[in-house]
Amino acid sequence: MTTNAVPMSQWPSEHRYTIPVAPGPETVTVTIDGRAAQIPRGELLIKAAQDHGTYIPRFCWHERLKPVGMCRMCLVEIEGMRGLQISCATPVADGMVVHTTSDAVTTAQDGILEFLLINHPLDCPVCDRGGECPLQDQTLAFGPGESRFVEEKRHFEKPVPISDLVMLDRERCIQCGRCTRFADEVAGDPLIDFGGRGGSTEVITYLDEPFHSSFSGNTVQICPVGALTARPYRFRARPWDLASTETSCGACAVACRGSLESTSNRLVRLLGVDSEPVNQGWLCDKGRYGLDWVHSDARLRQPMVRRAGELVESSWPDALDAAAAAIRNTLDTHGPNGIAVLGGSRGVNEDAYLWARLAKGVLGTDHVDAQLGDGLPADVVLGMPRATIPDLDRAKAIVLLAPDLKEELPVLYLRVRRAAHDLGVPLVDVAVRDHGLTPYATAVLRHAPGDPGAAAGVVADALVGRPGRTKVGKAIVDATDGRDGPVVVILGRTSVAEHPDAIVHAASRLTGLPQVRFLSALANPNVHGALDLGLTPGFLPGRVSLDAGRDHFTKAWGAVPDAVGRDAAGILRAAATGEIAALVLVGCDPLAECPDRNLARAALEQADTVIAVSAFMDTAAFGATVVLPPTVWGEQSATTTNLEGRVVRLGRRVTPDGSTLESWRIPAELAARLGSDFDLETVDEVQDEIARVAPAFAGVDASLLRRARDGVVLPLADHADEVTFGRAGAGPGPSWEPILPVPEVVGDDDRSPSTSASDSPSAAVPAPTPPVPLHRWDAPPDAPSVPPLDAYALRLVAGHALYGADAIVAATPALASLTHEPTLGLNARDRDRLGVHDGDRVRITTARGSVDLAVRTDAQTPPGTAWIVANAAGPGAPDLIDLTSPVTELRVETIS
Amino acid sequence: MGLTDADQRRAQQIIDRYPYPKSAVLPLLHLAQDRDGWVSPEAMEQIAELLGLTPALVLGTCSFYTMFKREPAGALVVSVCTNLSCMVNGGFDLFDQLRSRYQESSDVSVEEVECIAHCDHAPAFQVNYDFHGPADAHGAADVIEQYLDGRLAARTISGTARQEVPR
Repeated sequence: MTTNAVPMSQWPSEHRYTIPVAPGPETVTVTIDGRAAQIPRGELLIKAAQDHGTYIPRFCWHERLKPVGMCRMCLVEIEGMRGLQISCATPVADGMVVHTTSDAVTTAQDGILEFLLINHPLDCPVCDRGGECPLQDQTLAFGPGESRFVEEKRHFEKPVPISDLVMLDRERCIQCGRCTRFADEVAGDPLIDFGGRGGSTEVITYLDEPFHSSFSGNTVQICPVGALTARPYRFRARPWDLASTETSCGACAVACRGSLESTSNRLVRLLGVDSEPVNQGWLCDKGRYGLDWVHSDARLRQPMVRRAGELVESSWPDALDAAAAAIRNTLDTHGPNGIAVLGGSRGVNEDAYLWARLAKGVLGTDHVDAQLGDGLPADVVLGMPRATIPDLDRAKAIVLLAPDLKEELPVLYLRVRRAAHDLGVPLVDVAVRDHGLTPYATAVLRHAPGDPGAAAGVVADALVGRPGRTKVGKAIVDATDGRDGPVVVILGRTSVAEHPDAIVHAASRLTGLPQVRFLSALANPNVHGALDLGLTPGFLPGRVSLDAGRDHFTKAWGAVPDAVGRDAAGILRAAATGEIAALVLVGCDPLAECPDRNLARAALEQADTVIAVSAFMDTAAFGATVVLPPTVWGEQSATTTNLEGRVVRLGRRVTPDGSTLESWRIPAELAARLGSDFDLETVDEVQDEIARVAPAFAGVDASLLRRARDGVVLPLADHADEVTFGRAGAGPGPSWEPILPVPEVVGDDDRSPSTSASDSPSAAVPAPTPPVPLHRWDAPPDAPSVPPLDAYALRLVAGHALYGADAIVAATPALASLTHEPTLGLNARDRDRLGVHDGDRVRITTARGSVDLAVRTDAQTPPGTAWIVANAAGPGAPDLIDLTSPVTELRVETIS
Repeated sequence: MGLTDADQRRAQQIIDRYPYPKSAVLPLLHLAQDRDGWVSPEAMEQIAELLGLTPALVLGTCSFYTMFKREPAGALVVSVCTNLSCMVNGGFDLFDQLRSRYQESSDVSVEEVECIAHCDHAPAFQVNYDFHGPADAHGAADVIEQYLDGRLAARTISGTARQEVPR
């Protein structure tokens, strides 16, 4: 079926909801319950009252959703206006006099609550929301003592699953529409809606089609009753038994703020915290429900050492001695160049720094890489002009040179969607295939895999007002004409089946644009921290190159490597040929993560010594000489760096079972055994050393990190005015309201701001200039040569799925069921040309290897290309990719 | 089941009348209902695709209106009023008798409705939304038979083909 209909997602938002919300800079005077306040014109009364200390009860209104006026709970009396008004849809006006507790208002509130409770079951003792339920709380605070309703309440089958993660209890639902509005307005997945009418209104999905949204957990968090419950959390805790700690999510590089909650030393819940610059209260389902892996039986609880060919459990001193001995042995036989450190992109800043210091300062090897051929050159990431997420909202245009953000960086997808869809920022989509953000794009440019350069050139010209002859060029010029602000390029690996040179070249064509800034779309949780802290060849901690930082670091550390080392591909190749004899794997499994599995396998088989720092017995650890299990997310205080370069704290909520070591102590202990005592006792001392030593981290010490509400963007000298202390607005509300980030209380720090909860004081932060100039990326490479398209072959596109085969998903039962078998995604035309059908197994062969997969028709994949998820379990894309070739051509043959 | 190719062309004309395609949900649901006698899941999915909506949103709208049948219905929908005026004039009797009479019929569906504003002719009923009454069960059956054998021309199950009215 063909249609030229505009998808709803592209309709201007004014055609979808009609209540304007646009507070301006000008203020008006409003008197609320006798107190006069200055409030921005256009602000909604309910929000204005809240910001000035008057809480107006509400169910449907949510700060991050558009007002809808469905529940009528927020009625107030406004002098001069007839009847009561709903404060959630009434903008303030000058001279307004508002009463929120008058007799008329309380009578109305009584009535509304009595009405809402008519059909609401009184099953609070068995309801997950009981104890933190707005309906309970507000009935107590504002409601009538008893009900006059004696008839039968309405009944539904309860609860029904509406997705693998969410259960719906229609009896408890009060029809506030928070979930349906979230799904439509924020997530862009309107898979739930109200069905029926009047007394039989209920939240529905379409027939048996589940609410498959990567953001479904947010509806549970904002539901003001227990109608939506999370299957992983159901009946696991009562709210009053929960202890919570503010932290950042560890599932991807966005590092959303969250409140991590535990009971009986078990993590049970992560709630989104409303960090204005980052996640604005939302989380993706992977981050929200990826908790159980921390307590998985598969976690390693004891170090292991290989004795007589068998890995056996050992004590920490023995295991560290064994690891140190193996390293010393390799140093003796092969010198520093015989050792390489891989990984660190899933750890924390502190361990990344200390691994870098151990490798480069103690061992003297520069063969260090946090990325396993799945990332971008550090030269680019560390040296490009960086954007922050809030830059998206005020951009002249957003250019996507990135993988599917909805799968890889879900909350960044929400922010880009909001910028493009709600704030009208032109979005230019340069990609091989359609993805989650394509429906919101102003201009869509498609290119052959491995060849984005020409498309980027068109964009670069159009963004300086030269449309060229293309329609998209004109569309971009029309959309951006007269707009100010930075051009934000979201830069990532569009496909791990092609060489990164291609995308780097495309990015280089945009570097000449005025006010261009790049936002990295690398997805591993702390890949940016690892790169910033020197876990990459040719760089030292703090975004300085080996040469630029040589003097500084020789002073700080005593020594640095002489020459630039190999990257991951080079390390693996050298290990495969025996040049590198010892591999230290820091929380990474090359067999699962490296896009070229054959190379990784050869390297691991050939290496004499493999020291695996791993929380799980993954395939790499399985063949290791020594396995060192670190504590993980939720078990240790630390910091992480997100894709903006924002350093944020990670909280400790539970005590690890068994005998694990804080991840940063492992390199420190190894260093001590290799003759270099780092003399670091606490994680704060590590942070202070980073602030002292690493140029980009200048000024970002433990004390500042504790006090900065939304973290600190590096380098501090450029972002000092964005650091906020204290707390905006009123105190932290209940879980269903936006939870605001809170700085850690600092006792006797004389630099701490006054404790008054005033309006986000943006105090002057001392921002020292980095002692060494930071690296700049300023050498646009020549266009890489791309082989011409081969009419007989398909060109592979491989990207990551949200629920891939990583440890978080695999060891979390709630998420493990959401993974998919890898398939070969083909355009219908190629499918027919090859004479295959959906579900047929075919043999896929490339120059590198061959695998058998089932065929799936995929409309997003253009003709001539093939799509395979890169991070699925089992044989798949990594068996087909050669890290060195510009593109991956594959042939398909049917197998009987 | 669902919209034919001709219907789809018709649907496109309807969509073109509106600045935003979502506005065409109701006329398209009528179109689908007139085609099949009910709104089938296939039709809802087609409409969703035509309008760039999710099927959940189409179902949400469709289920709001009782005049959209989401189960197969007869070509004639007989709506018997049992609201106040009709009730005191025998509306329930009329409803019960018609219902049992046409229980087995695949052509006639009998349903109970609230006030249809035909109180001066109580007990009133509609056949495909054309008003009739007052009538007892025999009289009503006689009217229905006239529709069935073509002596009276019935509107469509959606009441009429209103979308054909010129702009």
